[in-house]
Amino acid sequence: MELTVWTYEGPPHVGAMRIATAMEGVHYVLHAPQGDTYADLLFTMIERRAKRPPVTYTTFQARDLGSDTAELFQTAAREAYERFRPAAMLVGASCTAELIQDDPGGLAKALNLPIPVVPLELPAYQRKENWGAAETFYQMVRALAGPAVPPPGSQRPARPAGQAARCNVLGPTALGFRHRDDVAEVKRLLDRLGVQINVLAPWQATPADLARLGEADFNIVLYPEIAQQAASWLQRSFGQPMVTTVPIGVGATTDFIREVAALAGVAPEPALAGPELRLPWYSRSVDSTYLTGKRVFIFGDATHAVAAARIAAEELGFAVVGLGTYSREFAREVRAAAKRLELEALITDDYLEVEAKIAELQPELVLGTQMERHVAKRLGIPCALISAPMHVQDFPARYSPQMGFEGANVIFDAWVHPLMMGLEEHLLGMFREDFEFHDGAAPSHLGSHAALPEAPVPSPQPARDAAVAALAWAQDAELELKKIPFFVRGKARRNTERFASERGVQTITVETLYDAKAHFGR
Amino acid sequence: MSTAATLCAPPAILRERGQHEVFCGLTGIIWLHRKIQDAFFLVVGSRTCAHLIQSAAGVMIFAEPRFATAIIGERDLAGLADVNDELDRVVGRLLERRPDIRLLFLVGSCPSEVIKLDLGRAAERLSKSFAPKVRVLNYSGSGIETTFTQGEDACLAALVPELPAAPESAGPALLVAGALADVVEDQLARLFSDLGVGPVRFLPARRADDLPPVGPDTRVLLAQPFLAETARALEQRGAQILTAPFPLGVEGTTRWLEAAAEAFGRPASLVQTVTEPARQRAARALGRYRELLAGKRVFLFPDSQLEPPLARFLARELDMQLIEVGTPYLHKQHLAAELALLPAGTRIAEGQHVENQLDRCRVAKPDLVVCGLGLANPLEAEGLTTKWSIELLFTPIQGYEQAADLAELFARPLIRRTRLVA
Ligand code: SF4
Ligand code: SF4
Repeated sequence: MELTVWTYEGPPHVGAMRIATAMEGVHYVLHAPQGDTYADLLFTMIERRAKRPPVTYTTFQARDLGSDTAELFQTAAREAYERFRPAAMLVGASCTAELIQDDPGGLAKALNLPIPVVPLELPAYQRKENWGAAETFYQMVRALAGPAVPPPGSQRPARPAGQAARCNVLGPTALGFRHRDDVAEVKRLLDRLGVQINVLAPWQATPADLARLGEADFNIVLYPEIAQQAASWLQRSFGQPMVTTVPIGVGATTDFIREVAALAGVAPEPALAGPELRLPWYSRSVDSTYLTGKRVFIFGDATHAVAAARIAAEELGFAVVGLGTYSREFAREVRAAAKRLELEALITDDYLEVEAKIAELQPELVLGTQMERHVAKRLGIPCALISAPMHVQDFPARYSPQMGFEGANVIFDAWVHPLMMGLEEHLLGMFREDFEFHDGAAPSHLGSHAALPEAPVPSPQPARDAAVAALAWAQDAELELKKIPFFVRGKARRNTERFASERGVQTITVETLYDAKAHFGR
Repeated sequence: MSTAATLCAPPAILRERGQHEVFCGLTGIIWLHRKIQDAFFLVVGSRTCAHLIQSAAGVMIFAEPRFATAIIGERDLAGLADVNDELDRVVGRLLERRPDIRLLFLVGSCPSEVIKLDLGRAAERLSKSFAPKVRVLNYSGSGIETTFTQGEDACLAALVPELPAAPESAGPALLVAGALADVVEDQLARLFSDLGVGPVRFLPARRADDLPPVGPDTRVLLAQPFLAETARALEQRGAQILTAPFPLGVEGTTRWLEAAAEAFGRPASLVQTVTEPARQRAARALGRYRELLAGKRVFLFPDSQLEPPLARFLARELDMQLIEVGTPYLHKQHLAAELALLPAGTRIAEGQHVENQLDRCRVAKPDLVVCGLGLANPLEAEGLTTKWSIELLFTPIQGYEQAADLAELFARPLIRRTRLVA
């Protein structure tokens, strides 16, 4: 049993939802109680998807236990098939259904649906979201591309001369950190190289697309946490080599281009950096000298943490003082990256441990997740986000990839701007009344430009006219005003004073306050 | 998931069974932990439970919230004795870290219930070892037992046996049950005092060491419609539950206050006099929104059990037309006064089959859909206008001074629609 305040990853079935939601023509029937439907809001509210995730929950209740939960599952699966007509179906259990052992796979099979049905075994008490996504993707790929696997020992036919090389791009999911924009950036790179994309998956892929995975010459693994397992199977089954360098940062993107070009047998130059890459020059320009040796702490999923460490050290001239990940499955890669920086990696999914480490190291910049943002805010340290877990702010309206050369530009801005705000943030902090729970605590994702409590406004303000300045607030009215949330309190005060002075009221009472409120509305 | 639809009249009640698109009772922790300021909520559950609370609370993350999850792992599932030791260890660590905690709730979840972890016994055991500093109680917020606001009901019901006994000769006292925003509580307290109704106490109290007394002289007014278990527990302590509509809107608030006044032998005319300024004011403020909302057709998906009183307010004070009023559960007795006020023939849907309900909603093309967070954006994308219902739990909406705020919550999405040209 572990004590958790915040968790970096959701349960594994949420990982499965990320695959199903990224794809087209797939439906996921999940044996789960009603509360688990909260997961829909991750996609509709945080990612702002215009469609519900393609998931049917059985929402069994206590009174169903032991009697007909299995039947409930079958009815749900049958109805989901009839209503949504998917080309493939995923079936599985959430944590609670795992305990009641209804065997969704077997139950679904008994329905004899005329589509591939992929059963998922995602042990909810051992594994987490990214593992669930990787396992789901792997099971889908195996089930759908499996029939096309050539007999063992067969030779991969050489690509006919004159035909462009084709690759699969694997890993982008729904609810991924900048996956939407990374995909566009990687497509652009491949396009410049003259390499064709055979299948992009799971992002917007159909089950029929997955069946064609074997036709590509090689695979590109954009997010190892999601796609490495599937790509390894494709390598074994179809003899497709894979590119696992993740193109985040200038150096890594350059490496990536060269690797892809080598596999495709094309020249790398057309895709290499042009004038639109600004990070190196911005980093060399003299105003950036203050970045030198800035002590940074890095924590995130393995892919983004490792990439961030390289950029921080080699491309921005920071001193990396701490590096860690919550992706236990990729601890080895992170340990290796830490070793190169003569550090010991922090491998944990306990955010309190991360917090303690940050407090101990006192870095000047934290590159982390939204958990670290909260920690950093409390400790008064600037912070930039590099990885999931996702917050609504991590889906910006503007184009903001992490990958490719444009991604490097985006990263420069994102990491350097909070530093410039550093001093201001300390000053803002001084006006806060209390460090915990007081109503002035700004929503921390708003970061350094969050709303300030009205407190520091000197009173009376010079701009106030004489009539307003002459007004008095009765003590109970003042107390009542305090109960109004801080972000509208200033407006309430101004409106009430205007209301009172227009009517010649001398002393503002609770009644006046509410009269004004009724008068102005919100 | 067959739709066993039974239609009876009036009002017409459609009972459905299928996928429920609602939160479980754990969600109540998000407002309860702010309301009871020295209480801590420890969910004993899975990573899913932790993720649910985090995602639902994600709108506002506090540095050190007063809730956490003890996540059951593989090893715990091996043997029950082990789980209890583990729980004791986790609670010990927590209390060490948070010496400010006076009341700890162990909150049951689906996994803890399916493995039959006895949190009642655990609470007793832990209470003994941490007495008198910390009291440990338990309730279920599991999705197999509770829907959304029923978590608050279960929490308050768990508090009831802890309430001190009211002294016998003390005379009648009023207890208002149901978490309300502090500002609303204070307004209502002022009204009761002007009416000469009192003493008045609120459940839950803002501090766990200041619990209201209860006894045969206690008259209970429910401030929320979802408190079936709490009401039952209070009745067991001898309290008498007053039936009234709920204090939403001018009419609801007046009728609610009248019920209290009557129980305390105060004349109805006094209620009229005392509330006159507030009623006038609220009526003025509401007028503005009525202009906008009158005649608009509204469809409410089931969410909090607040739906029937909300529908009554929308229909009677804002002249909106009700297409369907969903509710996860319909407590006929506590809602009797509300149901009587609904327009004849109003379609009430109890339970849910979300796909069929969405079909009905699309066919009806309402002007406004009140629904949960999972459905709102997809319906907006289909061209409907929505109001997310969870805000109704996080915003002060009860009483006269909030009547117009409540109306505004429904008006805002429509106003927004008309403002956005692109
Ligand atoms: S429905 Fe059950 S398993 Fe799911 S979050 Fe709620 S209590 Fe936890
Ligand atoms: S500040 Fe908080 S409540 Fe407001 S929009 Fe951001 S997350 Fe939502």
